Formats: sequence, structure tokens, C-alpha cells
Amino acid sequence: MKKHSVLPGFGLTFGITLAYLGLIVLLPLSLLILNTASMSFGDFLKAVTSKQVLLSYRLSFGASFLAALINAVFGFLVAWTLVRYKFPGKRFVDAIVDMPFAMPTAVSGIALTAICAKNGWVGSLLEPFGIKIAYAQPGVLVALIFIGLPFVIRTLQPTLEDIDKEVEEAAASLGATKFQTFWYVIMPSVLPALITGFTLAFARALGEYGSVVFISGNLPMKTEITPLLIVMKLEQYDYAGATAIAVVMLAASFVLMFFINLSQWYARRMSNG
Amino acid sequence: MSIEVKNITKRFGKFTALKNVNLKVPDGELVALLGPSGSGKTTLLRIIAGLEEFEPNQNADILFQGKSVVGNKIAERKVGFVFQHYALFRHLKVLDNIAFGLRVRRGKNRLSRTEIRNRVLELIHLIQLDGLENRYPDQLSGGQRQRVALARALAIEPKFLLLDEPFGALDARVRQNLRRWLRRLHDEIKLTSVFVTHDQEEALELADRVIVMNEGQIEQDGTPAEVFHHPKNAFVMDFLGSVNLFHGRVVSGQVVFDQPPEGKQTQFFVRPHEIELLPDNRDGAGFPATVRRVQLAGSIAKIELTDRNNKEIFVEMSHEKYLLYQFDVTDTVFVVPKKTVVFEEDYSI
Repeated sequence: MKKHSVLPGFGLTFGITLAYLGLIVLLPLSLLILNTASMSFGDFLKAVTSKQVLLSYRLSFGASFLAALINAVFGFLVAWTLVRYKFPGKRFVDAIVDMPFAMPTAVSGIALTAICAKNGWVGSLLEPFGIKIAYAQPGVLVALIFIGLPFVIRTLQPTLEDIDKEVEEAAASLGATKFQTFWYVIMPSVLPALITGFTLAFARALGEYGSVVFISGNLPMKTEITPLLIVMKLEQYDYAGATAIAVVMLAASFVLMFFINLSQWYARRMSNG
Repeated sequence: MSIEVKNITKRFGKFTALKNVNLKVPDGELVALLGPSGSGKTTLLRIIAGLEEFEPNQNADILFQGKSVVGNKIAERKVGFVFQHYALFRHLKVLDNIAFGLRVRRGKNRLSRTEIRNRVLELIHLIQLDGLENRYPDQLSGGQRQRVALARALAIEPKFLLLDEPFGALDARVRQNLRRWLRRLHDEIKLTSVFVTHDQEEALELADRVIVMNEGQIEQDGTPAEVFHHPKNAFVMDFLGSVNLFHGRVVSGQVVFDQPPEGKQTQFFVRPHEIELLPDNRDGAGFPATVRRVQLAGSIAKIELTDRNNKEIFVEMSHEKYLLYQFDVTDTVFVVPKKTVVFEEDYSI
């Protein structure tokens, strides 16, 4: 397992890695579980399966998944454009991509709400068709797409830059159409990065709170996301109830991430041989 | 299938990569495009394949077997192209790499699964990689990858084969073997092939015909023996092997190398093996030089000298001849060029 390396210090760096991860990630999480353990199992079950909570799971996981999926498609397009083409203002466009990273989420939430509300620029256009974005479930989706976009683009860019132009020319010289070249040659090599970007966007969306609470309007049983319910419980000093929901969310996220990572491992094996 | 290139010019911005190039590759031949980097040889190959556009001109044309292919897309040209860095599909096994061109086929030309598999296994046998069909490119050596790239190009039954620096990324030994293998393969399948190289030895050894290029133009087109023994100009002479340049003048039919030079000077080109070294100048022939280095490893003896003006001279002789005088470093000897070549236009190396 331990190979001789030019750089010494495997023991030291590995020790620091474990200690750091333990301190920063595992310690707070273990407190979460410890706190939840103060409840009886019946109370726990009741807290995490009430109708309000169940509906929030559906919205949170559903909207996050959908947002990540939409970002995967459009993020791919943006990354492709930024890598493949030269156009005036490219640096500027590239910088815009990072905006959702940099802005305080509450600010983006307020901005999105202003645009999507009934009297906002976009909201007023959709109003006549009976489409409501702000203070409705689509609003949650919009906010989650907004905050997740950079993850897909930034993970895809280096991979797309790495694609050898000769490989595409080879496919063309062998008679492949543009679509075949894209599907059989380019796609397999970017798939691992695409899945990584999707996972990051998905994870980020699951934990998002700041921007969503503004645009969703937090209508009971309709536009409540799970993180919101946790905050509500905390405000009522129901720490055990809050951590119980958090534990469920954590477990679900963990299982999902595990499967996504598994598929990524598979895709990577396919693309690297 | 023959290839004909007519009046092709190509510019990259302000740089002119090809200047009105004309070229014919007869059916069934193995042709080398030889030249230094930047001479336009790869650009020419890519233009033939359709990977690169050329400057539009009513006289410009590319013909395959007498038929113009200008305007045809690369996929329609059915050209087998082997890339310098192989350009294998990393996510596909050897078998799937080779089968790629057959699997993307649509319509009535599409082969059945078993037909594809049989064809691919045949090609794997041809490139002598039996048993490695389930490896990924990363699990192969450079020479093996190059052969897979070749088989992949051959799978589509191309009209001809274009190879861009096919041995460029390989080490000397593998390069030698693969070179001979490619020559045998060509003799076997008789597919018209053009390969690009900057290695004169490779071009002379492998090709039926060598096209020497420089600065976007063709300097000479001929058999290896022709271009080597009868170079058209100083560039070709210099590029196809090492050469010594002397200044001298012709006095009543005799070449005289004055040191220091006087009168009207002419440039003489002499190959290292066309020079004789003598311990004294009894006959009054030649001029003195000092031995600087003697290199006896290899099939011939190589001797480096400097003349009185500190100009370097390279001489090659058989070991038998070397044993006759056994010159040593710092010895003063007399240099007698036996066969000199003069080109009319002035050219400096």
C-alpha cells in the first residue's frame, strides 16, 4: 500500500488529513446524531414523517435533482461555447459564470424574486399565461438552477479543454457524422466530469437556504423546503426535532451521493480504459 | 488510386504555408513528404485529407484517380489518416477502436456484427496484435498504439493512406522495426500511401519516391537514389545527409582551395564520404586541416577536422582506410575533396 515516493511524509499528511476531516466534518455531524439520540424512536419517526416534512423532502430533493439536471445540460452548452469558440467579450462572459458563487445567496434570492414576481420583468410576461414563478414551486427551481450553474461549468471546462482535436478529426476521417463524433467520442470522455458537476450542483442545491426562502414565499405544505423546516424547528427551540430532520436529509444525501459516485466511477472506468 | 494536387496555396494569417504546390502520387506507391518543420508538409497532407481548406483559386484542384474531390467532406473522401499522436479513442478497447469506422456506417453499406468482428480480428492479425484486442490504448506501448491507429485507418478500406509523422513519437529501435514492417505491409497490400517525415533516413529507406519540401514549396521530387545522388539544389543536398561547404575557385579545370581565399570564389559541396585525407601533400592537392575528433564506433570511421580558419570539416571513411594512416587528434592532415558539387544559384548553409 505504501509506496516509496520522492516526497516524504505520507504518514504525516495522512494523519493530518484524517484529523482535519474528523474535526471539520465528522465532529459536527456526530453531534447532530447525538442530539437526535435524545429522542425516543417513536418521537423521531413522528418528527421526520409528518406530512409537512414529507412534502418538503419531495420539493427539496425533486427540485434539486431537476435543477442539477437542467444545469448539466445548459452548463455543458455554456462550457462548450467558452472552451471551443473565440468571441469578443469571452473573458467577461467567463467572469459572469462565477457570479452565483460570489453573491450572498440572500441577495440573489431577492433579485430573482424581484424579477419573477407578478410585477417583475419576467413574472409580468408569464402572468397572462397563468404561470407563477415567485411564491410557487417553480421559483424554488429557478433559485436552485441559479446557484448550481457554476459548478457544472467549472468542472467541465478543464475536461473539454483536454479533448484532443485530433481525436475528433480521426472520427471524422473514419466516416463518423458530427453527431456520432459527439456521442461516441466526446461524450464518453467528458461524462465523468459532467457527473461530478451534476453531483456538486445537486449537493449545493440540497443545502441551499438563503435564496430559496425569499423566492418561494414559504407557503405551508406548498413551497417549504427541508432546510426551512429545520430552521423553523430551531426557532421554536425544538433542537431534537431539527436535528432529526437533518439526520434524515443527511442519510438520504449520503446514499444519493454514494450512488452518483458509483456511476461516476463506472463512467471514469469507461472513459479511461 | 492516384492523387494529384494542383496549384494549392495555403495561408495561416500572414504566414504562407504552401506556395502554389503541384504534386502527383502515382497509384500504388509509397511516397515520403520530406522537409524541415515549417516546410508545409503536414499542411499539404491535411489538405489532401480534407482536414484543412486551401486558398480558393480557379486553378487549384485536388484529384483522386482523376476526379476532383474539392468540396467533398473528409468522411466522403474515404482517406485513411494516421495521426502523429495516434489519436486513439481512449475509452474504447483495441477491438472497438478498429471497428469504429465500420460501426458508424449507416445505410446499405453497413456490415453485420459478425462481419465487423471478423474484419477487425483479421486486421488485428495483420498488425500482429493477436490476443490484445481487449486492451485499452493506455495499456499498449507506443509502437503497438501506432499499429492500432494504422489498423483503424485500414478498416474502412480507404482509397489510400496518409500518415503524419508516423514514427515521430517512437524511440529509435521501435522506429526501425516499425519502418520495415510498414514497408513489408505496403508491398503486401499495395495501397497508395503518403507519409510525412522530417527524418531523411526514414524517407530514403522507406519510400518509393521522396518529395523534398522547403518553405511551402517542393524542391525536388524523385526516387531516393535520384534525390540523394543528384540533388537539384543546395537545400536538397544539405537536407539529405551531412555536407561540407568549401569556398574555392576553378583554375583551368582544376578546383583550387586557396587559404586564405583569393579571387572569385565558388561554393563547393562535398559529402563527408567523398573526401580523402592524406598525411602530406606530395601531389600538391588539398589543403591542410587539424584532426579534432575521431569517432570509431559504428560501421564507418567519422573524423572531425578544422581548417586554418577554424571551419569544421566532416569526413567519413571505411575502417580499413582509417587503419592505413590512423590519424590522431591534433595531427595535421591534407584534405582532398574527390567529388564536388556546384550549384548555380548561391545558397548558404
